[in-house]
Amino acid sequence: MNTVPAWLPRPAVAALRLLLVLTALTGLCYPAAVWAVSRLPPLRAAAEGSPTVTDDGTVVGSALLGVDPVDPLAAEPTADRYFHTRPAGNAATPLGPGGPDGSGATPYSITAPELVSLVEERRRLVADREGVPVEEVPADAVTASASGLDPHVSPEYATLQVPRVARTNGLPEARVHELVAQHTRGRRLGFLGEPTVNVPLLNLAVQLAADQGGRRGGHDEVGGR
Amino acid sequence: MNPATAGLLQIALLLVALALSYRPLGSYLARVYDSPVHNRAERVVYRICGVDPEAQQRWTGYATGVLCLFGVSAFLLYALQRAQGVLPGGQGRPAVPPDTAFTTAIGYATNTDWQSQPPEVTTGNTLLLAGLTVQNFLSAAVGVAVAVALVRGLARERTDRIGNVWVDVTRGVVRVFLPLAFLGAVVLLVGGVVMSFAGPVVVTALDGAQHRVPLAPVAAIESVKLLGSNGGGLYGANSAHPFENPSALTNLVQVYLMLLVPVALLRTFGVMVGDHRQSRPLVSVVAVVAAAVLCLVWAVESRVPRGAAQVAGAALEGRESRFGVFGSALFAVAATGTSTGAENAAHNTFGGLAVAGLLVNMVLGEIAPGGVGNGLHALLVVALLAVFLASLMVGRTPEYLGKKIGRVELSAVSVAVLTMPLLVLTGTAAALALPTTRDALAEDGPAGVTAVLYTYASAANNNGGAFGGLDVGGGYVQVTVGLVMAFGRFLPALAVLRLAGAFAEQGRSPVTAGTLPTTGPLFGALLAGVAVLVAALTFLPALALGPLAGALG
Repeated sequence: MNTVPAWLPRPAVAALRLLLVLTALTGLCYPAAVWAVSRLPPLRAAAEGSPTVTDDGTVVGSALLGVDPVDPLAAEPTADRYFHTRPAGNAATPLGPGGPDGSGATPYSITAPELVSLVEERRRLVADREGVPVEEVPADAVTASASGLDPHVSPEYATLQVPRVARTNGLPEARVHELVAQHTRGRRLGFLGEPTVNVPLLNLAVQLAADQGGRRGGHDEVGGR
Repeated sequence: MNPATAGLLQIALLLVALALSYRPLGSYLARVYDSPVHNRAERVVYRICGVDPEAQQRWTGYATGVLCLFGVSAFLLYALQRAQGVLPGGQGRPAVPPDTAFTTAIGYATNTDWQSQPPEVTTGNTLLLAGLTVQNFLSAAVGVAVAVALVRGLARERTDRIGNVWVDVTRGVVRVFLPLAFLGAVVLLVGGVVMSFAGPVVVTALDGAQHRVPLAPVAAIESVKLLGSNGGGLYGANSAHPFENPSALTNLVQVYLMLLVPVALLRTFGVMVGDHRQSRPLVSVVAVVAAAVLCLVWAVESRVPRGAAQVAGAALEGRESRFGVFGSALFAVAATGTSTGAENAAHNTFGGLAVAGLLVNMVLGEIAPGGVGNGLHALLVVALLAVFLASLMVGRTPEYLGKKIGRVELSAVSVAVLTMPLLVLTGTAAALALPTTRDALAEDGPAGVTAVLYTYASAANNNGGAFGGLDVGGGYVQVTVGLVMAFGRFLPALAVLRLAGAFAEQGRSPVTAGTLPTTGPLFGALLAGVAVLVAALTFLPALALGPLAGALG
């Protein structure tokens, strides 16, 4: 047997060739195979980003992206029509909406005075907007998410926003509570994660209810394009 | 159900899943690397590469192959980033600036996946798939190959050959990571993870404002990002981004994917050296360290740390609603313990002691259970050190699995153990001494020290997790992080391959009454003690200046 294999003087060439072969295999064939699976009808809508679609078929966002509709601090906060998501830690304003172009969190440590005063400021702003005492504002309303795009809020924060949303959309509070309940999900399998309310889907449902003058009825909220 | 019960149930489900895969996957991996048979696809690969799959290499030849793979990978990845502006499929993204491209190239070729820019803005699909994803497979396979070479050194006798690097790497990709990644991707797709080539789509929201929906081929990359201890995500927020990790269910799947291969490799070791019992002390050390760190982080977080968390009422700053406090703590411990460096929460917003726990998880040398391959060889190196110290204490010849730990072996062990602390501590100290670093910090004081320490610990351990609070723009930190990643990966890898060669050449001493047993709980305790001792002696002062001072201050 030849003790010095022929490739030994050229391991770099072998490495380069292996890299190119693997590029075809793992950089081309593999993602193509996963993509093909994602085209299966039950997976397709999620693979395309779980778009939120209005009644007339227009895509208005994603059920997974908590991009706040309108500035969370409108000129007249109490006239604001929407449920709001959690603040974004990398935004310019305290309640500022996150941008899908730059997901991320606050740069501050948990004991930073800047962060403490930011949390206090958010508490005051949310309390003013909802017209409630500051003690009633839940923790998730005053803390920024890790992505800045968290589509969920706690059931407590959603409930806090119900009176304002009902009033500004001309809907009975009971109807809005009902919509919140429809978009609330408990822990997965009973023990995974936390109970959450999906805000993008909830806003869509509220708008539909308002447009229909409170008429009841089911409709497609998530679908393919 | 209260949060504590829910958390315990999550742990139970995770442990059951890991226990179920431990034996079959561990044994399968042993067969993959011990099998003399090459399948047809692999033969084609070897023919294209012009290598002889039957040729066994010395440790030097094996190491040359590892270094050459790194060299061509880093070089091509750098070129690909610099050429992004003119490449097809760049989606209009410009070339990556030279210093960022340098660090990213080294980061992905060393299994670190360091990213200092939001990928959703800088990285087009071609670079993502032909560049970064390929390295996610290749660097993982190289990591396992180095560990397997060391195990072979321990298993073989009187030979100077420790395997064939081309065969080991090819099999790692073709027989291990490709099938596992495909299965993982399908599970993630079912869980609602995005997989689209439609690119960023602009939509008009309910209120009339326009924003982009950053669609990307996520599921394919997400799966291998976690399975291969890579950690480089599609978005700046990494696994916190709802497109990468849309629910608490996918979150637990992601934690499992991170732990799957590193845990199974512990069994592979026992199978390959022909004694299952040798895996036991390693498994118990991994379990004890991981459990201790998880308990610490969970306790700190669920009791609501001081500062902003207390003002808000819960430790939710920097966390996603759907994961909650426990889901974030579990993910953080798994990601720092496996050198994955993925994040589903902002680690800078954890309480001081919790951050210390995550840092300890890294500076123990990534052994709980460590990255794919890296974790196993780091554990074995600590085992060798433990055997050596114990034997010194009782006056026996230090032997592990019948292999003597002599001068050459101990020198290699020392290099493997001391490289990381040296890189982390000098890197941190030098960076802190520069005024430019202090300008890039969001905060002064302990939080600033923590941010810099975390950055270099993450780089030297090939973790890749970023810590908010240090703006790694261009320049000094960016470039030194790149160098630290390269040395942190390959100096220990060379030492490990040297060890493999030295052990393979030895015969095997017979087991006598004087042999230190390395299968029982006593050895497990010794192993954990040595790991903690080494880390404590080297890192306690640095930890005291950073997270511990932050927790006390």
